[in-house]
Amino acid sequence: MSNLSLLAQAPVLNIQLLLDGLFIGAIFVLAAYGLALVWGVMNVKNLAQGDFVIMGGYIAYVLSIDLPVWIGIPEGFLWLPISEITFFQFIKPAIHPIFGLPVAIVLMFGFGWWIYRVIVSRVVDRDMFTSLLATFGLAIVLQQLLNLLFGPEVRVAESGFDTRFLFEGLVTVADIKLISFILTVILAGIVVVFMKYSRMGQAIRATAQDRRAARVMGIDTDRVYAFTFALNAAICGAAGVLISMIWVIQPYFGLAHSIRAFVIVTAAGLGNLPGVIAAGLGLGATEQFGGFVFGAEYQQALVVGMLILVLVIRQLQQRRHRQAVI
Amino acid sequence: MKRSPQVSLATAAAGVFAVGLATAGPADAKVEGDKIILGSAISFTGKYSTNGIHASNGYNLAVDMINKAGGVKVGGKSYKLEVEYYDDESTPARGAQLAERLIKQDSVKFMLGPYSSGLTKAVAPVTEKYKIPMVEAEGASRSLFTQGYRYLFAVLSTSEQYLASSIDLAAEIAKKNGRKPSDVKLAMAFENDPFSLDVRAGVVDDAKKYGMQIVIDDKLPRDLSDMSATLTKVKAVKPDILVVSGHSKGAATAARQIKEMRIDVPMIAMTHCESAKVIKNFGAATNGFLCPTQWAETLSYSDDLFGSAADYDKLFKATFDGYKNVPYQAAQASAAVMVWKDAFERAQSFDTEKLRQALAETNMSTFYGNIKFSEAGNNIAKPMVLRQIQDGKLNVVAPSKWASHPVEFPRKVPGS
Repeated sequence: MSNLSLLAQAPVLNIQLLLDGLFIGAIFVLAAYGLALVWGVMNVKNLAQGDFVIMGGYIAYVLSIDLPVWIGIPEGFLWLPISEITFFQFIKPAIHPIFGLPVAIVLMFGFGWWIYRVIVSRVVDRDMFTSLLATFGLAIVLQQLLNLLFGPEVRVAESGFDTRFLFEGLVTVADIKLISFILTVILAGIVVVFMKYSRMGQAIRATAQDRRAARVMGIDTDRVYAFTFALNAAICGAAGVLISMIWVIQPYFGLAHSIRAFVIVTAAGLGNLPGVIAAGLGLGATEQFGGFVFGAEYQQALVVGMLILVLVIRQLQQRRHRQAVI
Repeated sequence: MKRSPQVSLATAAAGVFAVGLATAGPADAKVEGDKIILGSAISFTGKYSTNGIHASNGYNLAVDMINKAGGVKVGGKSYKLEVEYYDDESTPARGAQLAERLIKQDSVKFMLGPYSSGLTKAVAPVTEKYKIPMVEAEGASRSLFTQGYRYLFAVLSTSEQYLASSIDLAAEIAKKNGRKPSDVKLAMAFENDPFSLDVRAGVVDDAKKYGMQIVIDDKLPRDLSDMSATLTKVKAVKPDILVVSGHSKGAATAARQIKEMRIDVPMIAMTHCESAKVIKNFGAATNGFLCPTQWAETLSYSDDLFGSAADYDKLFKATFDGYKNVPYQAAQASAAVMVWKDAFERAQSFDTEKLRQALAETNMSTFYGNIKFSEAGNNIAKPMVLRQIQDGKLNVVAPSKWASHPVEFPRKVPGS
């Protein structure tokens, strides 16, 4: 417990831990909100959530490096019969990974739509177990594909931003964390406004409330599902871009992000956006404080412990309201 | 399930055939004409494929060089070396299976190791069972040498030595600055996996020897990509040395967050600096990091076959495309082949027991370093080398006998 007394001696460290926790927690909120959306609207528990996040990270990584690209142009293009293909190589120049944000949103939206059409649309009406299996399989395929494409080494997309100092250098705030926090808030705001005021947003909410009634009202629920799943992938992609600039990415790191998203949504409950925000930020901060006081080995154990605690408390609260079910 | 009599008959016949194959294995097939066949199951695919290929390139280069230089002379006759490979797909179960196949089916009697400690751990019980000597170059885990294996010989330094030399260095510097080594405050962050815990054990042993104070001892989970809580502690307790090991993800995470949080510990040592590409990714902020390596081309080791370490470096780059730096994994693989050649020529026999004896008595100098095996089979003649990042370059700073540059202490952090 000497670490606790450290916190008491230098209270400014609390600020460091809290800031780090909130900054990273905000990104967890993004992925968790996407999960809550898909879960709430389609009743699909997407186990590939974290892998979507990692894919977003790789998009930022690919943008941030000089990448040789080969383009093959057939001899006598357009007017002569194709006899030979000439290859040209050009180097895709490195672009700052922050521009990966719009790119990842667009690409992942398309990818999500495609995945819905190919896989999820076939299991969405089945029982929960089928969709769990399908998305679990998807997660494995994505991991292996990323491993084939990029190899098992860890990658980082380097922002090159500076660090700010507060309290005479005792507290450091990396600009990238601050910027990504602001971007997260803006993105979340856009999604909330979209859900509230746009036609599609209203259709999504209507479908979530009652699918059959929504269909009777003329809503194309299949399209709504596709859009919801694509929107979730886009949100995850955005989160991944930010993760790749703050932490590190690796083909198999998706699972940790999936678990975090599940913990947050389970603790907060579906359709409870303020709850998701609070749980996500809380989880980020808990990880930091837990890691500080108990050591990094307990950082995630503590998170799962918290989840169990929340579930127990919830169960106790609900016992009073429960009816006898036979 | 019911099986038709024909099917079971066929199975029985196949079984008999298999038994026939196993017992009819030729007694002396590992030496075919003028060729000595060495066997190795190594990772050509899967998660270790990058390093598996480095290692096999190392084997192949040494085999070519030995053959060009006249081969291996046993009993007045000159033999060529050849390696029979299988791909273990980076999985231990497959590695063990293929080792069994090499020994039983292909009658290989002289083995080269696979890549990684995990695969070596899977293969060693098999070679041990059949009493087939194996010279391995890529399994550093200390636990390989505590099992009492008799037929396992490793040319590389074991994992507990990886960062121990940084503790010696810290003690040395403390003495020079008029402080007692026991005043040195040590912060440690190690991943919770066999390799990193081995590294940690070596550091803890040495720290105890000097009576240093361990102020932080965090274990990083396997999939943790965040160390900021640990580093906040570092900022609070101001240790004299920070030691990190967690494969390349640990090095990348540590380097990134040390940079972001401006951690100004005077001495920082970590494994996997190179594979995490910390210099390229995080630039000047990595200045002064101490990085252990099995081998560096700037060392002054040499032998008759390859010449100096620098000569090996040049030859390797000329032979294989796409290498900017020669990985130590390749160098030590070449050294393993040289150990076999040396053992054949001293034993003057292909008898595995005589060869085992010859291997145990190995005492040679190579471009990779000196090689002499302990009772347990690990190489005790070659120290781990410590390099420091100085202006974006890795310079050897310890042990002082091989150092090309003086160590920078405290490390120079840009902008502080």
